[in-house]
Amino acid sequence: MSHCIASPLQTPVAGDRKIVTFGSNMLGIVRQSVNGARSLSSQGFGDYMMRLRPVASAMRRYSSATKEMTVRDALNSALDEEMAADPNVFVMGEEVGEYQGAYKITKGLLDKYGPERVLDTPITEAGFAGIGVGAAYHGLRPVIEFMTFNFSMQAIDHVINSAAKSNYMSAGQINVPIVFRGPNGPAAGVGAQHSQCYGAWYGSVPGLKVLVPYSSEDARGLLKAAIRDPDPVVFLENELLYGESFPVSAEALDSSFCLPIGKAKIEREGKDVTITAFSKMVGYALKAAEILEKDGINAEVINLRSIRPLDRATINASVRKTNRLVTVEEGFPQHGIGAEICASVVEDSFGYLDAPVERIAGADVPTPYAANLERMAFPQIEDIVRAAKRACYRSAVPLAATA
Amino acid sequence: MATSKSTKFIFRNLKSTKFLISRSINHKSSLTNSLFPRHLLHTISLPPLLNQTKPSVAYSGWFQAVYGGRRSHTATSFSDYVDQLCTEAPLQQELNFPGGKVKFTPKRIFTPGSNEERINCYRVLNENGEVIVDSDSLKISKELAVKMYTNMVTLQVMDTIFYEAQRQGRVSFYLTTIGEEAINIASAAALSDNDFIFPQYREPGVLLWRGFTLQEFANQLFGNKYDQGKGRQMPIHYGSKKHNYVTVSSTVATQIPHAVGAAYSMKMQKQDSCTITYFGDGGSSTGDFHAGLNFAAVMEVPVIFFCRNNGWAISTPISDQLRGDGIVVRGNAYGIPSIRVDGNDALAVYSAVYEARKLAIEKQTPVLIEALTYRAGHHSTSDDSTKYRPVDEIEWWREDQNPVKRFRKWIENEGWWSDQVESEHRSSIRKQLSHAIQAAERVEKPPVADMFNDVYDVPPKNLNEQELLLRENIKKHARDYPSNAAV
Repeated sequence: MSHCIASPLQTPVAGDRKIVTFGSNMLGIVRQSVNGARSLSSQGFGDYMMRLRPVASAMRRYSSATKEMTVRDALNSALDEEMAADPNVFVMGEEVGEYQGAYKITKGLLDKYGPERVLDTPITEAGFAGIGVGAAYHGLRPVIEFMTFNFSMQAIDHVINSAAKSNYMSAGQINVPIVFRGPNGPAAGVGAQHSQCYGAWYGSVPGLKVLVPYSSEDARGLLKAAIRDPDPVVFLENELLYGESFPVSAEALDSSFCLPIGKAKIEREGKDVTITAFSKMVGYALKAAEILEKDGINAEVINLRSIRPLDRATINASVRKTNRLVTVEEGFPQHGIGAEICASVVEDSFGYLDAPVERIAGADVPTPYAANLERMAFPQIEDIVRAAKRACYRSAVPLAATA
Repeated sequence: MATSKSTKFIFRNLKSTKFLISRSINHKSSLTNSLFPRHLLHTISLPPLLNQTKPSVAYSGWFQAVYGGRRSHTATSFSDYVDQLCTEAPLQQELNFPGGKVKFTPKRIFTPGSNEERINCYRVLNENGEVIVDSDSLKISKELAVKMYTNMVTLQVMDTIFYEAQRQGRVSFYLTTIGEEAINIASAAALSDNDFIFPQYREPGVLLWRGFTLQEFANQLFGNKYDQGKGRQMPIHYGSKKHNYVTVSSTVATQIPHAVGAAYSMKMQKQDSCTITYFGDGGSSTGDFHAGLNFAAVMEVPVIFFCRNNGWAISTPISDQLRGDGIVVRGNAYGIPSIRVDGNDALAVYSAVYEARKLAIEKQTPVLIEALTYRAGHHSTSDDSTKYRPVDEIEWWREDQNPVKRFRKWIENEGWWSDQVESEHRSSIRKQLSHAIQAAERVEKPPVADMFNDVYDVPPKNLNEQELLLRENIKKHARDYPSNAAV
């Protein structure tokens, strides 16, 4: 949605007509972006954005016309509405019931829907993933929560061999309308076995759909779409985003709201360099874009929203416009999302590239715990800024990348 | 609870000024400040359980009265206390731990790894095909008995001929059910059509019982365009939604939690049906087995776990697979009613599955059945089992313990079968199979379109593009592509 942007708005300055217009025309903007995913091309909004000072925490003191919602509440409300709408939807996972969810995403659902539809499981990811798949074979619509996707490795055989491939292997006789969701990638200080990003792992499997929401509207719209989808969906959230607040439009709050799977979103239009990102890195990319703006580089930020299917069309169209590409992800660099995007652009838009593609990824090490080391193991805003500058100032002759 | 007795004891003595009752929770400080014997102090700091000296009954009672209920009161005189205790506070004989009441024992006895006597094996027909006196068994009609027997024979003949076809190079792979015909057919006969089957791979007989034709079997083996599986899978990976038989999946034992999940779905939808899942002795070693059984018991779902303990997991004999009395004893550990049955006895298998189904649905509980049998054939066409087990052992099971022979003896004694009918039936099946194989061999393979659909519910754009590119390529370089596939 047009106003689902990372950089929080400053307190409206008195007398600034544009802000007032923004608030009251909100629904108009929303309608545009639903249809075209290319709203806010007006110069006015770009100027408006330039005047904003990024604030480290979530959005505050917004206009009264828009509601704010944390990603956690967005996910919770999406689950609640889908469970209310379809009695076949049920939630299963460790601590999802009595504990209200390890990260409180399933808060209140046990009280509302009872233990038959919100199941606390023993500690066996392989077990409850397999049971979820079996229930899906027979017609229920499970939402399986992994406490983190690092634990999904214990169940990955069921995700891939029992869920992803079943429709194909059974020649369409068995479809698996299951959603596997949970936090993915690093949090803060949780060490190597709790910090890996599984976007590339699941993104390579035919038969799966892999979604990566960023904002609250992404979370609501994509989770609803995932639950309604007849195919198995891997829904990669981010622990640090759960507490972040984003504005949500009235349309997004409606219980029939749904986002299309496989469409990326242009969070910020630009003409000098394309920056692709997903999940938490979208926020970083937007902040980097602010900084780049001051140096006269107008960056276009794409929120992928979907790793599989990857919206190659949107990415290539953007690169054909800007001629330069920076991909950002937190996962390991080899065989990562950036590698796939780079290959796609080289295959489809090689002639349009004015510089080699820059890939920003996590360091090629198991995640260290110490705060200083952890900070160096993942992309920071400065890394994105420097990469964009390299993409803009370099010629087509490749140079060794310097940090 | 013990607390109440001790509390009564405390209150009874409140009147007495001998006891100082302090409100503090810190035992140590109040106790050390009291006037009781110093020599006990060194033991007070240790938790009672770690106390090295074996306390007397009264002494331990004192500890229990003080520590057990987290009360704190000080004793001015130990001997006074002991006097009181010998007549007053009874000791805990049992305790309501999380998980339930458990009785205590002062005997340090380890339960043995396995019991002296193994769990008995339920059998109805003896080796001569005679019903054992006083056996629990269900009366089955002539119609049902004959149908069961003819299906067992069909399965046997089908296995022999398809195996030969693989040896002749006409089919790439095959896997027989020789020796387990009773398990396949009798268990299928005891179920109803709306029960869901989650097979391993050695249960084509269940699908045969439900109406899958010999031609359909052959089509899957050849992966032709009439294959229900659209040529997507290796041979013997049958599946049929119409027959409620979930497509065979190569990953061992993953079907166990699937069956539990589907049973949960049936329970939620209050259906009068159950699921059944088959697996071998090898499959029972997997993590999925443990998770599936444990979960099913916790969730209280109508699922039958049918273990075909045929003694071999490819070349791994049962003695290398597990210790402990087979698989049936594990049921008790999970809280699941279990039975061990003679897998070569069709009537026993029928009876066991029939009752298990009733139990599962009426009581909404999982049930475990361990059917003891022998894998009389090789693991598959990729295996030669004479390399790891004695030929005479195989022969003995194949001939003397043959489930088909045993059931035949019984239905012949009942007057429902004869030699002539037998040879007629066998030759008819052989003819049908040979015809089915020839027909299946001649049919075209699946079209190119079947390569790209069913990956998702609706084919995504990139797959549509790939399909177009492939078709263009085939047109341009026709001689590089097989000619027996429609474009």
